[in-house]
Amino acid sequence: MSAAPRKFDGRGLLVPAGLLVLAELAFWVTGMQSDSLAPPSRVLVAGVNALADGSLILGTAQTLGSALVGVTIGFSLGLGVGIVLGMFRFLDRLLEVAIETIRPVPAIALFPIALLVFGFGYRMEFAIVAFASVWPALILSRAAVASVEPRLFEIARLLQLGFFARTFKIVLPAALPRIVVALRLTVGLALIMAVTIEISSNTIGLGNAMMQAQASLDPARMLAFLVWIGIVGWTLNALMLAAQKRIFGSILSGEAQL
Amino acid sequence: MTARRMLWLMASFAVAVGFVMLWQAVADAKLVLPLFLPGPDRAWAALVAGIENGILATKWLGTVERMINGWLLASLAGIVIGAMMGSSAAAQTYFGPFLELIRPLPASAIIPVAIALLGLSDAMVLSVVAFGALWPMVLATVHGFASVEPRLHEVGRTLGLSRWEFIRKIALPSSLPDILAGMRISLTMALVLSVVGEMLASRDGLGNWILLSARSFRAPDLFAGVILLGVTGLVSASLLSIVEGRLLRWRATR
Repeated sequence: MSAAPRKFDGRGLLVPAGLLVLAELAFWVTGMQSDSLAPPSRVLVAGVNALADGSLILGTAQTLGSALVGVTIGFSLGLGVGIVLGMFRFLDRLLEVAIETIRPVPAIALFPIALLVFGFGYRMEFAIVAFASVWPALILSRAAVASVEPRLFEIARLLQLGFFARTFKIVLPAALPRIVVALRLTVGLALIMAVTIEISSNTIGLGNAMMQAQASLDPARMLAFLVWIGIVGWTLNALMLAAQKRIFGSILSGEAQL
Repeated sequence: MTARRMLWLMASFAVAVGFVMLWQAVADAKLVLPLFLPGPDRAWAALVAGIENGILATKWLGTVERMINGWLLASLAGIVIGAMMGSSAAAQTYFGPFLELIRPLPASAIIPVAIALLGLSDAMVLSVVAFGALWPMVLATVHGFASVEPRLHEVGRTLGLSRWEFIRKIALPSSLPDILAGMRISLTMALVLSVVGEMLASRDGLGNWILLSARSFRAPDLFAGVILLGVTGLVSASLLSIVEGRLLRWRATR
């Protein structure tokens, strides 16, 4: 993603459109009947059907709901700890080994544990998404606070602000732009985690709908859900990006890379 | 490493040991059902036993092999694709938007499609791992190529470098930091997808091991597997940091 806004160029649509036409033609010409792939036209029909029977909306609500609840829990936790660690360097140093040992555990590896504790359903998904969201929130908000202009802390001391006043009047506003970037990245991760858990085992959401369509040898429906998951992910990212730009202008767009 | 840093690390290590002791105390007091939360002593015993009788070690090797194969495949393909896209304006115009469309798609969503095409096989897991790890690599390489110092382009023109020479001698070395950062993200992705793939396709690996342990309520074995996965993530990331430090040593002098 380049920092300079690219002008919209219609030629970029040629490749995806061409691939779609090619796929459609390939099915027509060969007359192929497949249990694993379907032509775009049938995928579209399956998508409309899924929309009509409500499964698309239900799945989206379940997936997005789980992702958002999970990210709310995880991000607030990570943000809180991250801010404290960013403000008190000695705590950060003391917790270094503990954090760096737990952080690399892939969140998905914990889902059998969450399954034991919570069983199938929402709570298990909340837990895993929350665990996965804690780390980027913690690391990025800690970095955001640590990079707050040191002179601002001198001003806080000069004004004899207490801990809470210092946190809410000086540190948070100064670190806010980078925290919002952290939020956007974490929300993206939360959606990925939610879909991954649903595909791995959970009985709700878009991922599960895809797996069921695959198991019932309905490739058109499976691909329709795949495309839809892509659209949801793309829209979520675009919305967060637009909100961030609206609030902070384009100062930050260069930091969007991660 | 200074003495101060050593002291802090030791203190930090002591804190971590404190957490493990707390975990032990919670488990001993049975505050949480032992079925869910075995103490660190039982998890450790399961880990040692699993490594000694070779079962856990074999599973671990399976996962690591999958992760590394998929990751290397993705890194190689990602750098090639990224270099082609990054060094050609035409490729950018035609393929850039396509890439932007695919990018936010969760890599795991490709798993059902891979199962439909390849069945529950090793090839399925490997292709999912490689596919998921590919995008961060492509994006990082394109980004690296896009941020090559403009004057270096002029230098290349002055020296009459061909496109291939420009890529090899100027663009690739100067995008190395981005490429390595992409490889780091890819590595995490590859580990996660290996685990998920093993769980779904019942391939011999840690993912399958922890799933089966949970199903038969062998919590110590489950925790042993999770610990081993954490160690794998930690060690692979640290190794990559060391490589990164060595390869990018020239940067510090700037």
